[in-house]
Amino acid sequence: MDKMPRWADVVLVPLINLTLAFIAAGLVVLAIGQNPFDMVFFVIKGALGSTTGIGYTLYYATNFIFTGLAFSVAMHARHFNIGAEGQAIAGGVGAAIVLLAVPWPHWTLALPAAILGASVFGAGWAAIPAYLQARRGSHVVITTIMFNFIAAAIIGFLLNGVLKDPNTQNAETRHFGQGAHLPTFEEIFAPFGDGLFKSAPVNVSFFLALIMAFLVWVLIWRTRLGYQIRAFGSSHTASAYAGISAFRVTIYSMLISGALAGMLSLNVVMGEQERLIKEFVEGAGFMGIAVGLMGRNHPFGIVLAAILFGILNQGGFELLWEMPGISREMVLVIQALIIIFTGALVHMTRDPLERFFIRMRKKRA
Amino acid sequence: MDFLQIILTLDMSIRLSVVLLFACLAGLFSERSGVVDIGLEGKMLIASFAAAVVAFETGSAWLGLAAGMAASLVFAMIHAVAVIIYRGDQIISGVAINFLASGLTVVIGHALYSKGGQTPTLVGNARFSEVTLPFADALADVPVVGPIYSELISGHKPLVYIAFLLVPLVWWVLYRSRFGLRLRAVGENPASVDTAGISVIGMRFRSLIITGLLCGMAGAYLSTAQAAGFGREMSAGRGYIALAALIFANWRPVHAMGACFLFGLLEAISNLYPNIDVGLFVIPVQFTQALPYILTVVILAGFVGKAIPPRAIGQPYVKER
Repeated sequence: MDKMPRWADVVLVPLINLTLAFIAAGLVVLAIGQNPFDMVFFVIKGALGSTTGIGYTLYYATNFIFTGLAFSVAMHARHFNIGAEGQAIAGGVGAAIVLLAVPWPHWTLALPAAILGASVFGAGWAAIPAYLQARRGSHVVITTIMFNFIAAAIIGFLLNGVLKDPNTQNAETRHFGQGAHLPTFEEIFAPFGDGLFKSAPVNVSFFLALIMAFLVWVLIWRTRLGYQIRAFGSSHTASAYAGISAFRVTIYSMLISGALAGMLSLNVVMGEQERLIKEFVEGAGFMGIAVGLMGRNHPFGIVLAAILFGILNQGGFELLWEMPGISREMVLVIQALIIIFTGALVHMTRDPLERFFIRMRKKRA
Repeated sequence: MDFLQIILTLDMSIRLSVVLLFACLAGLFSERSGVVDIGLEGKMLIASFAAAVVAFETGSAWLGLAAGMAASLVFAMIHAVAVIIYRGDQIISGVAINFLASGLTVVIGHALYSKGGQTPTLVGNARFSEVTLPFADALADVPVVGPIYSELISGHKPLVYIAFLLVPLVWWVLYRSRFGLRLRAVGENPASVDTAGISVIGMRFRSLIITGLLCGMAGAYLSTAQAAGFGREMSAGRGYIALAALIFANWRPVHAMGACFLFGLLEAISNLYPNIDVGLFVIPVQFTQALPYILTVVILAGFVGKAIPPRAIGQPYVKER
């Protein structure tokens, strides 16, 4: 079967789809009587116009890298994990328990422990849907949706009960303490100049996210398990003939996925809030689907897509001041349109383009 | 708990289950035709917004209902074009529709009324009012039967009765009409339907049209009957509960009614009696809230009963060449 050139598949198609999504978004902005070009200007200014803006952008990007990677690892095995939301909540509970249990002397000790807590709880929350998929054939799409809601109920229960700080009215834990404070970019970059990344929440978790992106690349393309995951994802039957255990692939890919989603909490719960609150995921789990799609399930693409979505997210807040006529939720519309054009409607542009390239090649031959 | 309290709890359950029932029947048409619909939530949300806006502007709840159904239909058609014609992933498309609805409702609502996405409060005819069934007042004082008839059965919004009347209608369409036979076949084995000379694409489109219209009723009920206006994210996960109810009911209409009523009852209980003391321990409100999802997972796992989805669900149909 003829195929189109690789560069067209990897760069051209996503670019065309992204352009279509932005055109559609521009039409929405026009329809509510605003200037789309002004909006683009203010979004970019808000997200990249100052080191504080960049700091916020990278903070959101960190979340999206974690959830995007989480989605992609499961997706390589053709498992649709849309439970990153719930797995992140579970990860937050795990991290909080570890951080509250011990009066940590220094973050270099607290962070590895919190990584362990967050990933074990995140993976644990993915384990039940994974097992039910592997042994009972219950589709992970549906079970992970259900587990998102169950996780939301459980964190509500814990934060109004055993984990609640008795000294406050709010449903939250007590502060994790100074020993668990993760260095922010503001502190890290202080030697290079005053006021860099001033009061932005971005912290060392960003580097952790980049390391995870690299490790996911190693896992998927350089290890035996990664090969099995991809083989299973391409064809369940062929991989079964090759002796690859469907049970093993399903469980491992979902556990890794859940662990990555759980690590989102390191950025938000440990890094920014420094205590566990109820609604800290704020849709980042679902956004991971868009990030994974845009990034074509490749860690490098995911990091780029996460930064793009980070820009949109942070730039959206700027709109609040600069263009009061546009609500921040316009960002959500743009993100939805990106999912529609790069995900759901991908064949609309890809197929004609593929035919075009094949015709060109035949003409030349 | 005395008799009147039980009646009031059940009355509230009925009101809360109507949204679920509309959405669940909507999902039934889509999923029975082989198209996964996790976009029920988004369609419901955009419909409740459109219904609230039109009801406010025109002062007519019925026009609001029509607008809600139209808005939901548009979203259903986006899903249909993406997954039926362009064979896009049904889950991805559904997720996108949910995002699009939660974004668009606030963006347009903010542009129209500058109230952070809320619509103005609906009063008078812009809201559905209760229907009092004949003899409801006269029978109210009769013991047992009186309260059941006048409190529980009478005195609901018209959409409540429409929802429950839809159940036998949907049952008849699905199991007794030619359309229903083809619909079920297209979800089980689309190739056989194609062989019989019936368009798979056409059947799935028609199913999604019905899905859109029914889901629009769910949304309109939410903003113009249950509440008095639209508030951001007002569907609050009900689309997913409806999906859970659909699975719980094993994709059957009459069972769907039962499942929706059960989930409505659980919601009513968690609203009315947050923490239930059963003597040995207290059942926390979060458990009651999570119970629909837990029950659905149990059913999906097949430990109690077995969920058997339509066989061709989730797969785009490609004609053999």
